[in-house]
This record gives sequence, C-alpha cells and structure tokens, in this order.
Amino acid sequence: MNTAAHDDHHGPEKGLLRWIKATNHKDIGTLYLWFAFAMLIVGGALAMGIRAELLHPGLQLMNPHFFNQLTTMHGLIMVFGAIMPAMVGLANWLIPTMVGAPDMALPRLNNWSFWVLPFAALILVSTFFMEGGAPAFGWTFYAPLSTAFAPDSTDFFIFAVHLLGFSSIMGAINIIATVLNMRAPEMRLMDMPLFVWTWLITSFLLIGAMPVLAGVVTMMLTDRNFGTAFFDATGGGDPVMFQHIFWFFGHPEVYIMILPAFGIISHILPTFSRKPLFGYSSMVYATASIAFLSYIVWAHHMYATGMPVAAELYFMYATMLIAVPTGVKVFNWVATMWKGSLTFEAPMLWALSFLFLFTIGGFSGLMLGIAPADIQYHDTYFVVAHFHYVLVTGSLWAIIAATLYWLPKWVGKMYNEKLAKIHFWWAMISVNVLFFPQHFLGLAGMPRRIPDYALQFSDFNWISSIGAFAFGLSFILFAYIVVDCIRNGSPTNSERPWYSAKGLEWTLSSPIPYHSFNTPPSRAQILEESQHS
Amino acid sequence: MKKLLPLTGILTALLSSKSALAEYGLNMTQGVTSTSQDIYDLHMLIFWVCVAIGVVVFGAIFYSIIAFRKSQGAKAAHFHESTTVEFIWTGIPILILIAMAIPASKVLIDIETLEKADLTVKVTGHQWKWQYEYPEQGIGYISNLAQTSKDAIGSDKKPENYLLEVDNPLVLPVDTKIRFLITSSDVIHNWWVPELAVKQDGNPGFINDSWTEIAEEGVYRGQCAELCGKDHGFMPIVVEAVSKDAFAAWIADQKAEEEAAAASATIVWSEEELMASGENIYNASCSGCHQKDGSGMPGVFPAMSGSSITNGPAADHLSIVINGKGGMPAFKMLGDSDLASVITYERKAFGNNGSVVQPSDVTSAR
Repeated sequence: MNTAAHDDHHGPEKGLLRWIKATNHKDIGTLYLWFAFAMLIVGGALAMGIRAELLHPGLQLMNPHFFNQLTTMHGLIMVFGAIMPAMVGLANWLIPTMVGAPDMALPRLNNWSFWVLPFAALILVSTFFMEGGAPAFGWTFYAPLSTAFAPDSTDFFIFAVHLLGFSSIMGAINIIATVLNMRAPEMRLMDMPLFVWTWLITSFLLIGAMPVLAGVVTMMLTDRNFGTAFFDATGGGDPVMFQHIFWFFGHPEVYIMILPAFGIISHILPTFSRKPLFGYSSMVYATASIAFLSYIVWAHHMYATGMPVAAELYFMYATMLIAVPTGVKVFNWVATMWKGSLTFEAPMLWALSFLFLFTIGGFSGLMLGIAPADIQYHDTYFVVAHFHYVLVTGSLWAIIAATLYWLPKWVGKMYNEKLAKIHFWWAMISVNVLFFPQHFLGLAGMPRRIPDYALQFSDFNWISSIGAFAFGLSFILFAYIVVDCIRNGSPTNSERPWYSAKGLEWTLSSPIPYHSFNTPPSRAQILEESQHS
Repeated sequence: MKKLLPLTGILTALLSSKSALAEYGLNMTQGVTSTSQDIYDLHMLIFWVCVAIGVVVFGAIFYSIIAFRKSQGAKAAHFHESTTVEFIWTGIPILILIAMAIPASKVLIDIETLEKADLTVKVTGHQWKWQYEYPEQGIGYISNLAQTSKDAIGSDKKPENYLLEVDNPLVLPVDTKIRFLITSSDVIHNWWVPELAVKQDGNPGFINDSWTEIAEEGVYRGQCAELCGKDHGFMPIVVEAVSKDAFAAWIADQKAEEEAAAASATIVWSEEELMASGENIYNASCSGCHQKDGSGMPGVFPAMSGSSITNGPAADHLSIVINGKGGMPAFKMLGDSDLASVITYERKAFGNNGSVVQPSDVTSAR
C-alpha cells in the first residue's frame, strides 16, 4: 500500500499554476472533468433553447437561422466538449491507478492535450458573436451547405475542429503508451480491467478516425477559400463524397463515446452484484469486434443518398452484425447480476438504468439499420430519439455513474446518498419524458432539425419540452451533490467505500494520494484484484 | 416479467388500434403504395422482434433485481464464465438477424428496381422550394409554401395543414408507374412523402431516381428531410393524386397557361404591372432571405435596400439573379416576365432607384 509520505517534498504547485502547469494525471483528469461539466451546461443551455422554441408550433423566440445555429452547436459541444473530454478525464484519473502505473506515460503531452481544449471551445462558442452567426449546418456539416452556403464563421469552426482533433489524438497516443508501457510489469493484457481494455481499443479508434475528420475539414477549408472543388460538382467534385469521408470518421466516433461507457458499467455491476464480471474474455473480444465493425458500416447513415443497391445491402448486413457483440455484452451484464447479491446504491441505479435504456437505444438502432425501413425513419425524430438514448442514457449515464462510483475513492469522502437517489429518479423520469415521445414524433413523420412543425406534432413536442426543462434542471442538483461531497462529505471509513469493489485503484489509501504506485503492485495483488478471478 | 405484461398490452393496444394512430400519430403510416405497405410490415416485424427480445432481456433484469436482493438475504454465487453460454447467445442473435435480413433484402431490392416507367417527373430542390418538371409533357413549375402558412408562423391562428400546404401541388395520376428524377440546384435537399415511402436526397450536380405507383386518389403531404439551410422547415411537399383522365385534363390546362405566360414575355409591360407581379414573386421566392422589407440579414443575406446591385446597372442585377453567386441560388427556372417583374420590384421598392427591366431584357440576358 502507498502512503502519502512521499508528497511532502514535491506536492503540487500552489494556486492557478498548479492547473496551468499540471502534469499529474489526477490534476489533468480533474481539469478534463470540470471542463466537460462546463461544456455540458453550455450545450444543455442550447438544448433548452431548442426545446423552448419547439414547445409550441409557430416561431416564438428566434428566427430559423438562429435555431439551426443552436442545433449545430448543441451537437458539436456535447460530442466534442462534454462526452469525449469527460471520458478522457475518467481515463486520466483511472487508467494509471488501474494498471499500477505512477502516472500517464507522457505527462507534458497530457497537459497540452487538455489545454488545447478550452481554446478550441472558446473559438467554437465565439462564432455565435460573429457577423452571420455560428455554423448553422448541423453537427454533421454536410457540404455544400457548410462550404459555399455557410457563414464566414465556418473557418473558425474548422480551426476549432482541428484543435479538438489534435487534443483527441494526443490523448489517445498517451493512453496507448501508458497501457502498453507503464502497466505494472506483472500485469498481463488479459489481467487488465475492462475500463482499461475499452479505453485501449477506443484509443485506436481515435487514432484511426480523428485524422479523417481533420482531412475532411481541411478539404472544406480549401473548397471555401482556395478554389478547390472536392465537394462541388461544377468542379468535378461530389457532395456525397463528403458524407462518405465524414461518416468514415463519424461512425467510429459514436463507438469512441460508448466503448469507455461499456467499461464503466463492467466495473459497477459486479461490485453491487457482489459477483465477478461474467465472461471477462468474451467482453474483451466483443469490444474489439464492435470496434472493428465500426469502421465498415459508415454508409448506413447514407441510405437516402442514392447508393447502389449492392452497397445498401452490404452496409445493412454489416450494421446488423454489430448487434451480435453488443448483445453479448448486454447478456454478460445480465448474467453478472444473475444469482448475485444486489444492493442499489446510486452508482448501481445509474448502471441498471444504463442497461435498460441503452438497450432501448440499441433496439431503435437495429431498426434504423434495416435499409428499407430506414427510408421512413431517416432524418426524423426517430433518429433523434435513438441517438439520445445511446448517448445521453448511454454515455452520459455511465459518466455520472462513474463519478459517483469513484469520487468517494478520489476524495476520501462519501456523497449524500439520499440526494443522489432523488437526483437519479428525477433524471431517469424526466429523460424518458423528454426522449421517449420523440420516437412517436419520428414515426409520425416529423423531420429533425426543423424550428417549427405541423399541428399534429404539437402534443408530443410539448411533452418532450416539459421533460427537457425538468431534465436540464436536474444537473444543478448533480453539481451540488458533487461539490457537497468534495467539501462536506463524511470521510469514508475504508479504502473501499464499496466493500465489494475490486481493482488496484481500491488498494490505494483514501483519499487517493497525489502520487501513487511508485512501486508497482505484485503479481499476487494483481491477480487478487483482477476481474476474471 | 409480471411488470412487463401490462406494458406489452398497452403497446399492442396503441399500435393496433387504427383510430388511436390517426389521432396521435404514434406509428409509421401504412401509406398508399405497395412499397409503403411493405416497409410498414417490415417495420412492424422488426418492432415485434425487438419487443420479444426486450421481454426476455428486461425480464431477466427485473427478475434479478427482485429475486437477488441482498436485503432479502440473497447470497452471491461465484460462477463467472461459460463458453457454452457465450456460444448460445452469440448464435441465437445471428439466427434472428438472418431471419430479419431475408425479408429486408427482398423489400430493398423491390424498392430499387423499376423496369419501365409510364411517367417521369423531375424534382429539383432549391433553397427553399421545389421545382417540378414533366419532361415528356414539356411543362414545369415552382411549388412554394402557401401564403396562409407563411402568415400564420407568428400568429396563434394556424390553418389546418399548417406548414404542409403549398401554392402549386405536384399533380400525379393514380395506378401509373412514375419515375422521379431528383436533384438540387444548390445544397442537398431530400424529397420525402411518407405515404408514398419515397425519400431520396437531391444532390447538386447529380440525379437520383426513385419510383412510385399510387393506389388511391388523395392529397399526400411531406417535407424536406435533409437540413438545407434557414428555411429547411418551410419547404413542404404536397402530392395530389388524381385519376388518369383528370391528370390528362390538368396537363392540357397547364400547357395553355404556360403558353400564355410565354406570350406575355414578348410584350412591353408597364412599371405598375411589373411592380404588382414582382411583389408577389419577391414575397414567395426572395423574402425568405432578403426579408420582406429588403433589409436582409447582415453577414449572411445582403440587404436589397440601398445595395449597389439593385441601384446599379441592370446587367449585373440580371446576371446575379439568373445565374446565382456564392450562397445566392440561380433563379433561371422562373419565366422571363416573372424575372423581369421581380427584378424591377427589387430595383424600385425599398427606396431603391434602379431602372425598370422588361421581359425582353431577361430574354437577351439569358
């Protein structure tokens, strides 16, 4: 066991410099997590604007151009500002402590990966105040709406996306280097906990996908400013090529956001079921299969673009295949709970809710993958409902669950369980009021990304908006629970606030010391804490 | 399991009762073509497969939550792997997926196959209106959001088909194989009519095709289904399916109207005539961006009032309206007298002091 004695002679710097010059993985993890939370609030505020306009038919609050700016920026900020940085923040906090490493492999690179983000976010948000407004072409920024027909601020958007891409690629390199080189010498790959496995695989997705995103925005940049015609038919280009390149990035991207969530759930369910994770190795193989398949299904986002029938058939079959490894994961989680001894602390409630609601998102995903049926679903609210079920009640749920699960370890204090349960039920009910009716809206024919709608869509939009306001408010309570835990939480009695938790991170003292694993854990300790024993 | 049974009951009731469908719009339309019916059937098949899997999975989750509670004295077992079980729950989903893929492939191949069409309609998306052309019949026109809907955007009184009504609907005959050629003049649009189950992107510079055969006369409404800029939500589609005879009569009327319009372009119009006709066209086609009062939207859509184009030489003004420039789409699909009217209106209204443009000026500028 490590002690804090070592901290005496080189602890963190005092004041703001501690954060600006941060190279400690825990400090950087904290920065990432607070940044992600701030972006979640900004992106959430934009969503409130969208739902306020959609509360009633007609245009009440804004013009359609501003509405399009809101939907675009909401998507970009939530994907690149909230979910991805939050997952990287968790990776920073957890991976070194889970593999018995003293820190991330490349601490200065780590500092830079983080500090690029606030500037990228500032550039992105500043476009709201430019002449012509922020990007208004959807987070998927299809050409030529985003090239010849876009406001001047689009060039700032392109620069911001480049910066976000740098950050992600550097973060991914760091994680791969840490897992492969800094792992405790006695830890084999198949001893690694699932969160580490899922992040290792996610890092390879990032390294494969982000350069493609950088490529496509660079092609946009030259189309807009330097007379090229990649996406302009009059110059021999093709606007559909944009979509192929974008989704070659975009589909792995959605797994970048969900795979670490799978890892988190694979830690929480065993702890509160008091039973080892079922099918550890099949979980690893399923994650790897999903990652591989994510690279070869991109055009299922493009069934309406006029692809040849053979391509549509191929992309439909490949897409349906993803249901197999995803199903294996869900079945393994259920088998983990089976014949366990279950308790329902807040992290477990979030994990169970994830299991339930993510599966619903999986079902709608399977339906969307069926090419002929997608003719009626494509670009409707059914799609909006689907991806919010997998990203909000999937990725975001896992992030909240992880925060409540590991925070007591990090700060050595317990959050207020009663408030956390109120928060859970509040969010759980309101999120379903918010997103479930959107399935009906989509099936009934409401297209997405419209600021105003026909009268038959009024009732469900009203319900959805009311759910949205309630859901938005729940994050104030979440912020209070976290801050209250850090400041006033009652000290945890043991190194394991959850007695049944397994993993090397729980062998450290509480609160977790600033420097940990200066000496690597032994083989016996690793086996004792591994998920497959 | 017990908890789920009432839930499935409610779902069944909601989804199978036709009146509930019509009132609340809970489910996909069955439409009026064989394609839309096939897609609906496929949708329901996958839906029920998902419900069945859901009952098993959620049933197991709920059972675990109820039966294996520590507070009820449950002791944890220690099993944590079984290759047999992993094979079973890899294999069964594969079989289910194959069973789903077979009907899905059939429907898809059917949708994508059209040997011979009896009528061809070319659909062109513009920011933010649709253009319909019947190349074999030699007619074509523009379809805009109806003025009644435009006027209702800011008011509490909405017409019955708010945002789903147009000035000139697309008229099609029933029981006829119709091929759509779908394209765009500016950004990507998507022509979607749920009851026909036709949803196809219109890509600028490329032509997509799709087909339909409508079984019932009626009015079918749809919307653009690909974000195409500011007024994406305001370019609806209305299809009027009529009998073959009525269609032939409509084609004859439409031809006569277009000939009259062509004849009007050869005469000299008075300024008042041009201004009156121009105001209507401006409000239908231009005010979406440049605003009704010509003030535009700084940084995105230039103002009409006081601009050097509207007050400068007519040739520059003609060129930009006919051919487009940057974000400004080309309007060459409008007739000569319509273009002359709207350009004159832009040059004379909003306190501008440009010259009058005659239809003959447009003819020579083309």
